[in-house]
Amino acid sequence: MSEILRLDRVSRHFSGLQALREVTLAVNKGEVLGLIGPNGAGKTTLVNTVCGVTPASAGTITFAGQDITRIKTYQAARLGLSRTFQIVQPFAEFTALDNVAAAALFSQGHENVKTAREEARAHLSFVGLEAQAAQPAANLTLAMRKRLELAKALAMKPKLLFLDEVNAGLNSAEVERATKLIHELAASGITIVMIEHLMKVVLNVCSRIVVLHNGRLIADGTPREVINNPAVVEAYLGQQYAQRSAAR
Amino acid sequence: MSRANLALIVLIGLIATLPLFGGAYALRLGTMACMYAIFALSWNVVGGFAGYPSFATAAFFGFGAYASGVLLGAGLPLWLAVIVSGVAALIAAGALGAALLRLRGHYFAIASLSLVEVLRELVNNATDLTGGGMGLNIPLAAGSGIMADALFFFYAMWILMLATALTVMWVAGSKLGFGLACIRQNETAASMVGLNTTLYKSLAFALSACFVASAGGIYAAWVHYIDPSDVFDILYSVKPIVMTLIGGLGSPLGALCGALVYLGLEEVVWRNYIQIHTGVLGLLIVMLLLFLPHGLVSLRLARLFGKAKHV
Repeated sequence: MSEILRLDRVSRHFSGLQALREVTLAVNKGEVLGLIGPNGAGKTTLVNTVCGVTPASAGTITFAGQDITRIKTYQAARLGLSRTFQIVQPFAEFTALDNVAAAALFSQGHENVKTAREEARAHLSFVGLEAQAAQPAANLTLAMRKRLELAKALAMKPKLLFLDEVNAGLNSAEVERATKLIHELAASGITIVMIEHLMKVVLNVCSRIVVLHNGRLIADGTPREVINNPAVVEAYLGQQYAQRSAAR
Repeated sequence: MSRANLALIVLIGLIATLPLFGGAYALRLGTMACMYAIFALSWNVVGGFAGYPSFATAAFFGFGAYASGVLLGAGLPLWLAVIVSGVAALIAAGALGAALLRLRGHYFAIASLSLVEVLRELVNNATDLTGGGMGLNIPLAAGSGIMADALFFFYAMWILMLATALTVMWVAGSKLGFGLACIRQNETAASMVGLNTTLYKSLAFALSACFVASAGGIYAAWVHYIDPSDVFDILYSVKPIVMTLIGGLGSPLGALCGALVYLGLEEVVWRNYIQIHTGVLGLLIVMLLLFLPHGLVSLRLARLFGKAKHV
């Protein structure tokens, strides 16, 4: 498998706080990589650093053979790096359709809003929001807004998609639905990096898992290897979880 | 074309018939109305569409007045001086915007306010070019009498207002307008979907500058004498904001209605309460904003067409 994204000794600090410490990581084309770790481990910072929101303090990032360490956010988006936000960020006054149209319009170099809207409709129906197309994003439920985020990310025709806790705050039926969507996306060939706390989803969806703890990468391997790794159990999963999964 | 835009064009067409009904006083008011409308329509691009509260209108107005004044003094025809001033303001504001628009909210408002003061001081001190505090005399345009002059400047300002309105309407319906609406609602998300926010904001700032500067040029030729405290008056920055808020933020039709209503209020109050006119005007504005927070245009949309639309 060929590499699509490579982080080489990437560090990022916010004045005194070291959020990422020399993270070296490769993401292969077509895989679904799970990024897990305790709160404050640096997972979202890692995504922000790749997308150019908070550029790396040290190290280099390569995407599809191109150095993107110092890239601007909008340039990253046009290269095919797209993401969903943990805290949803809709354009609140716009309708759901226009939210997705905005993503298609500015990342794909459409010349007018009308063609972007046509394209947006397909993405909305993929995530099951076609009935809400004309509603302002502010009126959607949290689960719908999360799916709207996903539709926006897909409208950008991503090569690499970061899913930042798409399941946080959803009930189990909604989680099931979101998981099914992620499966479909992975099957369509998009490389996915997902940040997730629900181990059930991670084990169900991911082909590989990396674990961050205090900004450092402490494990990288298949789901089986990672959940049996003592360092991961110590830092994140906890003894109880390890015993339960060993008993199974 | 949407109904709001159609109403805007019809209203502008009606204003053009003013010389049929009034004398020199009405024409003076009409010229002021067109100038205020240019201010409000222009401010609406950066303040209404993009959501950046700019206080730089007076800076652009003074810049245009002085640039045209100096060019007219050098013997250029009025139309050329006005166009050159507008283009110069477009470029200067675009470049300044790239720096200033990194600030958000109150910080941007203060920074844009400082632009007025900086330009005023520059003009005050560049005595050789601008006459400094002594002001600048502008050669008389070749007018054949008071009425002909009044008529000429009224239509000059009217044509500029029409150009402003057409540009603003085009922006509102274009990719640029869509992008500015994204920036207003959520700038982080806007850059995350591939929108070059710095470029779009600079374009909005530049567009809000160029017609105001051209209006400054026509104003300078109209009044024949300008000085820094007149054309860099901070009220020129505040008035367009009030007009737009009265009319309805983000709506070109609202900006025009707001400008007309504001001018009407200003004139009526000034005439009847000469001692306390600013106080009464202030009170009226507060009442309007308190009871009609979304502006005059919200009345129209709610009552006549049922459904409110944005942008």
